[in-house]
Amino acid sequence: MSETPVDADEVRHVADLARIDLDDEAVDQFAVQFADILSYFDALDDVPEVDPEADLVNVMRDDEVRDGLTQAEALENAPETEDGYFKGPSVS
Amino acid sequence: MSHDAFITEETIHGADDGPLAGRTVAIKDNISTKGVRTTCGSEMLTDYVPPYDATVVERLKSAGATLVGKTNMDEFGMGTTTETSAFGPTTNPVDEDRVPGGSSGGSAAAVAAGEADAALGSDTGGSVRCPAAFCGVVGIKPTYGLVSRYGLVAYANSLEQIGPLAPTVEEAAEVLEVIAGPDDRDATTRAEGADANYASAANGDVDGLSIGVPTELIEGADDRVVDRFHETIADLETRGAETHEVSLPSVERAVQAYYVIAMSEASSNLARFDGVRYGPDTDAEGNWNESFAAVREAGFGDEVKRRILLGTYALSAGYHDKYYAKAQDARAWLKQDFDEALSEADVLASPTMPVLPFELGESLDDPLRMYLADANTVPVNLANLPAISVPAGRADGLPVGLQLIGPAFGERTIIRAASAVESSV
Repeated sequence: MSETPVDADEVRHVADLARIDLDDEAVDQFAVQFADILSYFDALDDVPEVDPEADLVNVMRDDEVRDGLTQAEALENAPETEDGYFKGPSVS
Repeated sequence: MSHDAFITEETIHGADDGPLAGRTVAIKDNISTKGVRTTCGSEMLTDYVPPYDATVVERLKSAGATLVGKTNMDEFGMGTTTETSAFGPTTNPVDEDRVPGGSSGGSAAAVAAGEADAALGSDTGGSVRCPAAFCGVVGIKPTYGLVSRYGLVAYANSLEQIGPLAPTVEEAAEVLEVIAGPDDRDATTRAEGADANYASAANGDVDGLSIGVPTELIEGADDRVVDRFHETIADLETRGAETHEVSLPSVERAVQAYYVIAMSEASSNLARFDGVRYGPDTDAEGNWNESFAAVREAGFGDEVKRRILLGTYALSAGYHDKYYAKAQDARAWLKQDFDEALSEADVLASPTMPVLPFELGESLDDPLRMYLADANTVPVNLANLPAISVPAGRADGLPVGLQLIGPAFGERTIIRAASAVESSV
C-alpha cells in the first residue's frame, strides 16, 4: 500500500491542473493504476543524497537576427487564424 | 504494408552523391520532415505538417539517403510495444503475433522486414534498443549530446537521443556518422561528435577487451534470455575478451527514477498541445481552460494521459521533494556507479530486454508491468551514456538482444564489441 493513496478526487485535481478532461470511468481506472505505480515509486525514499557532478556550462550565442519561419509558415498548422494571428478560445 | 511499419509512406530524395547514396532510410514519426506530416503516433497531430526539417533529416538528405516514410511508434514515444499508437499496432516481422517492441517499433519492423535499409528512432528510455532487440536488428542509443535533437518532438529532453537502426553494426554506425556532431540549433550538442568515424570500428576484434557484467541486470531476466546471453559472452571470452562481474546497486532504483523524471518532463513538454497552434479542430466550447481540457481529452490516448497526470502529480506542491528531487538523486547515484564500473571495464554487457517479445495485447492493461520491462535500458539514459543492442541469436525462435554500454562518447568501443557479437552468432 502506498504511503500516498490516490483517490478519485485526487485524480480529478491533477487532471484539472494538467487541463485534461476525464470521464468517470477513466478517473476510476487511473486511481487504481496510480496507487499501484506511486507505491512502486516509494522505493525512491531510500536513495542516498548525491551531489550531481557540476560539469554543466551555459551555451550562449550572439543575439543576432537569423532567418526563421515566415508568418504564413508559423500559422500553417493552426486550426483557426485571423489577420495573421493564432485564434484561441476566449480567456474568460 | 504487411507489418504496418509506416504511418505515412512517401519518398523524399536526397543529394545525388554522399556516403548514404542509394540507401533507403525510414524515419520515426516524431522527427520533423518538411512538408510530410509528422504525427508522433497521436490523434493530436494527425494533420500536423512541419514547416522545417529536423537536423538529422537535413543531414541524411545531404548524405544522399532516400527517405521512404514515417514509421509507427507508441504515442509520443510513450510505450514499450508500439501498441499505444493512435494508428494501431505494428506487428513483429519475426512473429506476427508478437509486438515489435517500442517505442520505435515501426522503425525496427521496417528494417527487419527489408522495407528500408536503415531507420532512425529516438531513445528516451530504450525506445531504439528495445525494438532492435525484439525484431532482431541493431540499434544504437548515442551519448547524450552526440546527435542534435532539433526537430525531434520532445517527450523528455534530458534523456532522449535520436539513434540509428540497421541490419548490421557497420550499417548502423555508417548512419550514426552522418547524423552525429554539433548543431548550433541544439545547445546540448557537444563538440565530440564532429568528424565522427564509427563504421571502421566494426572490425569484430575483441582481443583484450574488458567486459563488466552487472549482476543486477541479469537477475530477474527470463532464463531463456539469460542462457543466450551467457553463451554469447562465453564465445567472446574464447576470442580474447576478459569478463568480470560488477555490481551497480543504484540500478535497482533506475526504473522508478526514470519514470518520475520522464513523466515530469512530459507533463511540461506536452502542455503545448492545446489545439491553438496545432491540434485537432474541435467544437469545444467554454473558456480557454475548458476548451484546452476538451481538446486534450480527445487528442491524447490513455498512456499519454497517464504520464502527463503522474508527472503533474510528481511536480505538484508537497510531492516534488518526495518524487522529483529523489529521482534526481538516484540519477546522480547511477552516474557514479557507472563511472566506477567503467573505470575497470571497457564496456558493460547485459541482455537488452529481460524478456522475449510480448504477444500483442499482453501488457496493455498493466502499465506497471510494461514499465518494468525497461529495467535494463533506462539506466543508460539516466547516466547519459552510449549503448548498442545487437542480435545475440534466438530463444524459442524469438530474437534476443545483447546490450553493450560504453563510457560517454565511447561509441567506437561499443561498436567494436558489438561487431564481435554479430560475427559470433
